[in-house]
Amino acid sequence: MEKNKYKRLVEKHTPKENSLYHGLLAFIAGGMMGVIGQFLIDVYSSLLHIPSSDASSYMIITLIFIGCLLTCFGFFDKWVNFAKAGLIVPITGFAHSMMSAALEYRKEGMVTGIGANMLKLSGSVIIFGIVSAYVFGLIRLIIFGG
Amino acid sequence: MTFTYKNVYINETGTVAGPYEKKGPLNNYFDRSHDEFYLHTKTWEQAEVKFIEEAIDIVLNKLNKTRFDIDLFISGDLLNQIVASNYAARTLNIPYLGIYNACATSVEGLIIASNMIEAGQIKNCLCSASSHNNAAEKQFRYPVEYGGPKPKTTTFTTTGAAVAYLTYNKKNIKIESATIGKVVDLGISDAYEMGAVMAPAAADTIYRHLKDLKREVGYYDLILTGDLGSVGKEILKDYMSTEYNIELKNYDDTATMIFDLNNQDVYSGGSGPACAPLVTYSYIFHEMKKKKLKRVLLVATGALMSTTMVNQKLSIPAIAHAISLEVVE
Repeated sequence: MEKNKYKRLVEKHTPKENSLYHGLLAFIAGGMMGVIGQFLIDVYSSLLHIPSSDASSYMIITLIFIGCLLTCFGFFDKWVNFAKAGLIVPITGFAHSMMSAALEYRKEGMVTGIGANMLKLSGSVIIFGIVSAYVFGLIRLIIFGG
Repeated sequence: MTFTYKNVYINETGTVAGPYEKKGPLNNYFDRSHDEFYLHTKTWEQAEVKFIEEAIDIVLNKLNKTRFDIDLFISGDLLNQIVASNYAARTLNIPYLGIYNACATSVEGLIIASNMIEAGQIKNCLCSASSHNNAAEKQFRYPVEYGGPKPKTTTFTTTGAAVAYLTYNKKNIKIESATIGKVVDLGISDAYEMGAVMAPAAADTIYRHLKDLKREVGYYDLILTGDLGSVGKEILKDYMSTEYNIELKNYDDTATMIFDLNNQDVYSGGSGPACAPLVTYSYIFHEMKKKKLKRVLLVATGALMSTTMVNQKLSIPAIAHAISLEVVE
């Protein structure tokens, strides 16, 4: 059978993913993450009397900690699987991918296991985060003069 | 390439399954099943070795033999450099052949052993195939604790080991014939579509087996593929009828039998080298011994992939080996 013909045969039997439902779910979950983040910023800035830019760093640290902790408890993967991009795109997804890799390789040594593999998934987030920050920073500098 | 055998029998089997399989519909047919993934070892890879060792012990106990009575050990699994098999072979410490054909490993082993027994080179052989869900996920996909979503076509690697004891001494189940598969690749490159990757290989092998032996599909009480999954199963049926004009009757797939697809969170069913033999050596052999099934064609299918080649955007080649099992009257 020709490859194209086979591709059509396969498509006929492949179950459809419900993108609208998943998208809506991710939108709600992601939105709730945003609400929680904003709540944390407000709490930190009013309790510690710090500007909201400092408070947002505290918020990020808190969410990373919670993401890592819940991953270690072993049920965060089920939440992520349910909420999908709603929990993956926010900073919790970064924490989750880092922690799950660290857990996976902890039996293979501190350096050769955890050290070498912890950023296996999240490494590309960091790399492309830095690259795009550089590129967009440069564009901003050229167009708006900094 | 189809052989027929006169004097090869599967005398005993040993099946040890993991926690998801234990919750599945075939649990009562396994020799042993475990509630956890570690089996009191430190890592999943070491646990897989233990699964094989336990399955071997079960077979040897049933036979009332020791490892020194066995001529050859053939084994394969999914881990890099088939380490689970290698370490189990270290414990067993008898002549050993390590083999790899992904999820078609079990039948590949049976064919090699059958040929050697038929030729009189060996008296008997232990054939093993194993897989471990977490160890396989770690190697082929994402960390186990990572919850990134997967498509519905994904299969869920079976945890367990299945060992068969083959000999020329007449017993209930005979290995009657076998067909060695060709590598087939119809251009599917998505590692989450294993059913679609492997279905054409299964179809090719089934077609050639029937043609070589001049048999009709109805000759077999059951044609059993392992492990295409619920999606691949429908693809195979459709492909067989469009390509070869063969309607698959009396057909099932081990991936859809080992788990309860409606109530267990296993996507389109089981996979891994252990899936096909776990179902065959437990439930199918039980039915054969009761003579409810007399002729079974087991077609084990393997996706010969590696993450390296998938990342290099190459399509995934697949293979299927078939073995015909008959009840001895």
